[in-house]
Amino acid sequence: MSTFASTAPATKTSGSSAAPARAGSGTRRRGLLRWLFVAPALAYMALFFGYPLVRNIVMSFQHYTPKTYFTGEAPFNGLDNWRAVFSNELFAGSLWHTALFTAGSLLGQFTIGLALAVFFSRRFRLSGLVRAILLLPWLVPMVVSAVVWRRILDQDHGMLNSALHAVGLTEGGVPWLSSPGVALLSAIMVNIWIGIPFNMVILYGGLQEIPRELYEASSLDGASPWRTFRSITLPLLRPVVTVVLVLGFMSTVKILDLILALTSGGPADSTQTLGTVTYQLSFLQLDFGQGAVVGNVLILISAVFAVLYLRANRADFGKGQ
Amino acid sequence: MHSRAERRLPPATAAGLAIATAALGLTGCAATPAADTVTVLNSATDTAEHTANQKFFDRCAKPIGLKVEQISVPADQVASKALRMASSKSLTDILELDGSELPQFAGTEGLRPLKDVGVDTSGFSGSATSLGSYDGTQYGIARSVNSLALIYNTKLLKAAGVTPPTTWAELKTAAKKMTHGSTYGMAFSASPNADGVYQFLPFFWSGGGDEAKLDNGKGEAALQLWKDLVSDGSASKSVVNWNQQDVNDQFVAGRAAMMINGPWQVPVLGAQKKVDWAVARIPVPEAGQDAIPPIGGTVMAVPKNEDRSREKNAGKILNCLNSQKNQLKWGESVNNVPTRAAAARAYAEQNPKLAAFADLVTTARSRTAEVGTRWPVVGDALAGAFQSVLTGRTSPEQALHRAQQQASTGK
Repeated sequence: MSTFASTAPATKTSGSSAAPARAGSGTRRRGLLRWLFVAPALAYMALFFGYPLVRNIVMSFQHYTPKTYFTGEAPFNGLDNWRAVFSNELFAGSLWHTALFTAGSLLGQFTIGLALAVFFSRRFRLSGLVRAILLLPWLVPMVVSAVVWRRILDQDHGMLNSALHAVGLTEGGVPWLSSPGVALLSAIMVNIWIGIPFNMVILYGGLQEIPRELYEASSLDGASPWRTFRSITLPLLRPVVTVVLVLGFMSTVKILDLILALTSGGPADSTQTLGTVTYQLSFLQLDFGQGAVVGNVLILISAVFAVLYLRANRADFGKGQ
Repeated sequence: MHSRAERRLPPATAAGLAIATAALGLTGCAATPAADTVTVLNSATDTAEHTANQKFFDRCAKPIGLKVEQISVPADQVASKALRMASSKSLTDILELDGSELPQFAGTEGLRPLKDVGVDTSGFSGSATSLGSYDGTQYGIARSVNSLALIYNTKLLKAAGVTPPTTWAELKTAAKKMTHGSTYGMAFSASPNADGVYQFLPFFWSGGGDEAKLDNGKGEAALQLWKDLVSDGSASKSVVNWNQQDVNDQFVAGRAAMMINGPWQVPVLGAQKKVDWAVARIPVPEAGQDAIPPIGGTVMAVPKNEDRSREKNAGKILNCLNSQKNQLKWGESVNNVPTRAAAARAYAEQNPKLAAFADLVTTARSRTAEVGTRWPVVGDALAGAFQSVLTGRTSPEQALHRAQQQASTGK
């Protein structure tokens, strides 16, 4: 949050200080100098982001197979790859699963993360210790968590079913990972668990930035806790919320390792996402052209959200001035 | 490391080499290794496996004045690593691929037919030959192969008064009889990836199924068998999520009386004390038929190289690795069956507990013999079929019909 608060005025002032048009070579030289400073960053972006992006787009119009790696030849095949991917039943399903997975994960991660952040922002004994423990899921490698969860969610001998049975909640075992109707929900659940610490930490940081006096003032005015939360906490937290949601979205929409380790896309393709389909097409079927098509769809979706994010931020800056 | 080679060379060459080595240091990775070094790309990332491999390589390379260097990456990354190396023209002299991946590479015309580099492949079992072949030409040679068999808990079978089942009907009855408490009669992997497909094939093929024409009307019986085992409770519903490792864990924990698995589990099975086990052939639809399991394992291939002498060196190493003696020793160290028919017989005699595997390998079938480079697509379609049948989404007939459509439009 602090970065945004400080960069906003900075860009504004630098813009206005350059504005006084004393015309002539001075401004031009200064303009040139400014570009010189930006150039390394631009070159870096072009090389490491621009080039792969363009390559990926071009690749989606090519017949790109293992042979290409040996001969260097990748004949263009028009819209063949796109047609093949869009007529693949798996693709439509994976699009829908990705939407559900992303929306479900973000909703769960964010609400639980925010609740915990608010909870821990009041000081009490052992708060630091408990927060540290809650960070654990973040520190465990994704594949390790997935393997552990696979055991916990086992239908016959998993801990979760044993626990549910012990408290008398369920009769038979819940088929967490072995039924197509439940598996996606289980994957979302595990991903929420993994994502809570990130949300909690960032939102907690945001909460610390809100001046205490505002809360004192509101309590003097006799505002209810809910009212305080809605009128002070939420609006002041907004920039942080956008960051958390956008970053969460970017990392969730392309998720691969968690699902591969948890269900490999099964049962009966019920947990196939855009990430797993790209992986399957590119690295198992070695059809890199079709894999690139799905990759492009993912990039497009991410780009839409990145633009929304930038617009939201610009609106913030405008208000700030 | 270069000192020994340099001493034998004239000074000028040595200086040239030194400059080349310095340049190599500057430019980074993509440079030709020393002339007397044969490089290998394989999946021996496990330290024990890596060391064992090196021992065999050294034994073959030293007498002819060569050295062997292994580059090992995880098994599922070998193919993509090899492709990256190919595009920068830095592919190793020997490439060890999974048998099912060979056609993809042979199809690029980037591999040298083994005949052309002087590799002798006579006396190999037919199944091993087909595992390394593409379009009638042999590009890969397997030192040892594996397959699948029925591994059973001898105590539980005895207690239930059943003998190892040989037919599908017997399998169903035996599994049902041994299912009680927390123990299932039968365990197998039906995961939606290579593990599950590998385990489904012996049933699919033995019943008459055909990977080139999935809906030929004969594959349904195998799907029905799996479905029956799960729906009458003889096998856990979790099989759709179990890989071959999970299946072995269930068996070792005493939660499965019988399982389908391969000889690579033998070290684990041999080390545990809880369960007494034995190996039998995979049951077939009708008594008297031969089981047709898939043949698996890695094959070594020689990528094309502008420097033909490097190819020849690779060929020499391959010949030595596949001498009868070396095959037998290698097979024993990795619990796989040697591919020379004579070595396989000796292996069966010396390891009676694994004789069932040695027998199976003779009737085993290569996954890629019929469909070649289309195997990954066909395999995915088959996985889709058994997953949707086991989870009750479709009937066996519909599932295979759809799988055939997927397999033929997928490419």
